[in-house]
Amino acid sequence: MNILLLLIMFPFVVAFVLLGLPTRQYAVRKYIVVASALILSGVSIYLAAQYISGGPQYFSFDAKGADMAILFAEMVFAGIIIRLSLKHKQYLTALLMLIGVALMLGYEIGLAETVHAREILFVDNLSLIMALIIGVIGCIIALFALGYMKDYHEHHPEVKDRTGFFFFIIFAFLGAMYGVVFANSLIWLFGFWEITTLCSFFLIGYSQKDDATKNAFNALKMNLLGGIGFAGAIIFLAYNDQVTQLNQLNGLSSLLPIGLLAFAGLTKAAQMPFSSWLLGAMVAPTPVSALLHSSAMVKAGVYMIIRLSPVFAFENGGAAVGVLVALVGAVTFVMTSFMAIAQSDAKRVLAYSTIANLGLIVVCAGVGTYQLYWAAIMLVIFHAIAKSLLFLSVGSVEHNLGERSIEHMDGLISIMPKVAVGMAIGILGMFLAPFGMLISKWAALEGLVNANAALTIFVAFGGAATLFFWGKWLGKITMVKSAPTDFKAKVSRLEGISLGSLAVMTVLVCLTFPLISRYFLEPLIADIYNQTYLLGQSNVAILLLMMGLMLILPLTLLRSGKRSYREQYLAGANTAKEQFHGSLGTTHSLTMRSFYLSNIFGEAKLFGISVVISIILIVIMIGVGL
Amino acid sequence: MKEYIWILFVVLYVVLAPFIGGLITGIDRKITARMQGRYGPPLLQPFYDVFKLLQKENMAVNKHQQFYVLSFLVFIIVAGSIFFAGGDLLLSIFALTLASIFLVIAAYSTFSPYAYIGAERELIQIMAYEPMVILTIVGMYMVTKSFNVADIAAYNGMLFLKLPAIFLGFLFILTIKLRKSPFDISMSHHAHQEIVRGLTTEFSGKELAYIEISHWYENVMLLGLVFLFFASNPILALLIVAATYFLEIFIDNANSRLKWQSVLISAWVVAFVLGAGNIAVLALWG
Repeated sequence: MNILLLLIMFPFVVAFVLLGLPTRQYAVRKYIVVASALILSGVSIYLAAQYISGGPQYFSFDAKGADMAILFAEMVFAGIIIRLSLKHKQYLTALLMLIGVALMLGYEIGLAETVHAREILFVDNLSLIMALIIGVIGCIIALFALGYMKDYHEHHPEVKDRTGFFFFIIFAFLGAMYGVVFANSLIWLFGFWEITTLCSFFLIGYSQKDDATKNAFNALKMNLLGGIGFAGAIIFLAYNDQVTQLNQLNGLSSLLPIGLLAFAGLTKAAQMPFSSWLLGAMVAPTPVSALLHSSAMVKAGVYMIIRLSPVFAFENGGAAVGVLVALVGAVTFVMTSFMAIAQSDAKRVLAYSTIANLGLIVVCAGVGTYQLYWAAIMLVIFHAIAKSLLFLSVGSVEHNLGERSIEHMDGLISIMPKVAVGMAIGILGMFLAPFGMLISKWAALEGLVNANAALTIFVAFGGAATLFFWGKWLGKITMVKSAPTDFKAKVSRLEGISLGSLAVMTVLVCLTFPLISRYFLEPLIADIYNQTYLLGQSNVAILLLMMGLMLILPLTLLRSGKRSYREQYLAGANTAKEQFHGSLGTTHSLTMRSFYLSNIFGEAKLFGISVVISIILIVIMIGVGL
Repeated sequence: MKEYIWILFVVLYVVLAPFIGGLITGIDRKITARMQGRYGPPLLQPFYDVFKLLQKENMAVNKHQQFYVLSFLVFIIVAGSIFFAGGDLLLSIFALTLASIFLVIAAYSTFSPYAYIGAERELIQIMAYEPMVILTIVGMYMVTKSFNVADIAAYNGMLFLKLPAIFLGFLFILTIKLRKSPFDISMSHHAHQEIVRGLTTEFSGKELAYIEISHWYENVMLLGLVFLFFASNPILALLIVAATYFLEIFIDNANSRLKWQSVLISAWVVAFVLGAGNIAVLALWG
């Protein structure tokens, strides 16, 4: 148990040390961050090694003092938020915060005396997987941020250098995420849940520019709304069923609190209609996006829904709530995959793709059969790695080219070969066999056909759109063109190491996923469902064979066959490399622009209708539990 | 012995598919010529063409493109091998998708405007046919309770009877997959549509030969999918496969190329109405 508390507390301690450090102390900060990151990932791995085969374990201790501390911390945060909201004239935010705090105070005064959680913390294989994602991926992102933030402030002299504050929040965020995945007491879970909300608020608003502040408040509003749902669920559970723990969500008198918890999960996972907060979050420095999208925040949202999966699967009436959760996910998956097609900003494409993938996870968790439970967790793992790789490589490209539009990534393979290969691996990892996301999409399809065939229709159409927008991005960066002679890519060593290790991990998890499934997922699933999902042996063999081919085929690039090279055909004489004669004797350089199909897939066409549909679904979802 | 028969099938596919695919192309060209009132090339002309291409000087725009084209060929063979080994149909289709993306990337890599347009249009084609392909497999699973080609082929009864709408939908997107008019927006198989040949503009010699051979492999696999709908009666199935291909040739010659919007929208409407409709019927009364 101590090790769980250590993982939760240690990042907070580091956070306060970093906050106290003067801004100019770059070297000291670097050592502290690197050392803490190594410790955190090391301890996470040690924890996994220790608990992996032990089944779920619960830890009870007297947490009265800690409960009060959490409540006190929440009051302090609420005070800060309300003050900030009033300062920025965000009265709705202040109101939402007030309601949340009032609910918690009411709970403490009215109910905490009669019911309280005993088994405060717990660990099972899902917590371990999440802890590894937070510990390893989160820390790699923190390392990347060291180099990145320095560049960031050189590129943005108008932004006040608050690097110390930045890392304070990053580490607090990691601590809160550990708290979320280890908490069994709903009060603790809620406390850490709200801290992640606040951390993302401060990170999104880091630059203190107008749009950053606006988007930060937007994110805050939506997540506070989810938090109110969460608080309502806690009160309802304690009052009606004397339930205060995550592991007691069975035999409930009503499923309303389950609907509310799912609602909280959907807001945090940025599902429709709450997608806009995650899209707005991209105004933050790139490591923040990487963190929000891969290992923190949104993953807390889907974690919650995955935790509810057994309720959807087994509880009387649970399936009705579950199918509506799944439908929200399905609509989100299809619509955001469509809208991603019409985007040219790389970070926006990534954001839409994240929301879409979370949608797919929600579909799986909402239906919640054992196959889909397997698929949901695998999606979480693969997505965390590939998406952080993509965000960080976009960050590097943006700093070097001064642009993050995909249109400016023409010929990246010739200009920044290493980063381009990393980015290409990330893209492949997102949508093609034999890489991870596709393995889980495959399992998802299989699971859905068995459980609810109608949902496969969503997967079929959404998946097709995914092929298109990843394909055209991959095409852009793999174009071979002449690199400008005066350009020298600058990628710091820490950035290079972060990108490299993520790229290696993307490939590695695909090679080792049968082991992950065997040691992490099968015991977990067998424990809940009394049966487990196995991917056929021969299929695993074929996947590994394909992966082998993917690794070997590039070696043919080294072969120096007899080949003569020609310029590409430009319908006439080329004047120089990649240049041609225009009319009236002018010379043009060759440039190309992609299809965005915005008449069909533009946000203007699809966003409104998606919001309407998803709101209706969510209202029914909560109502059905009554 | 029976467990290893699939190896025989894979070997047969890898060795024979190019010959069958090439012959089909030869017949295709002959019939097409007759439809157009020409005499047409000899039956073996596709083979002569490929042999000649293989002997040509090795010209390229860059170093990467041959790697992508080679990967295209390799993964088409992988996809077909999974299929004819009786393996998982979804996995086979995923391998096929991977191969198609390699071809698209090969075209992109040349940084040529014609190939570029071809590549983007090819992606639109992929996006257009993909939902119907997935729904076809879903439908087959709902009837046979298996994704394995071997189990689907051994299903006791004719799949077509349970999946008539899905079969029609599949025929529709087969036109896209076989690169027939009116859906040949990324590149045409015949010279009657364009002067600069879309996707394959920058490929010559060996690479073009690889692409041609890959198509032969792919076509055999696609016709294998048509076969599956009638597998319970192999002779009928072969006749239907022949009729299907004849129909595709006819459609090819009776139409001119559509705009990409029409290709995408019509394919999705077909997938939604015929594919999803058939699945809904199966789910409700299956």
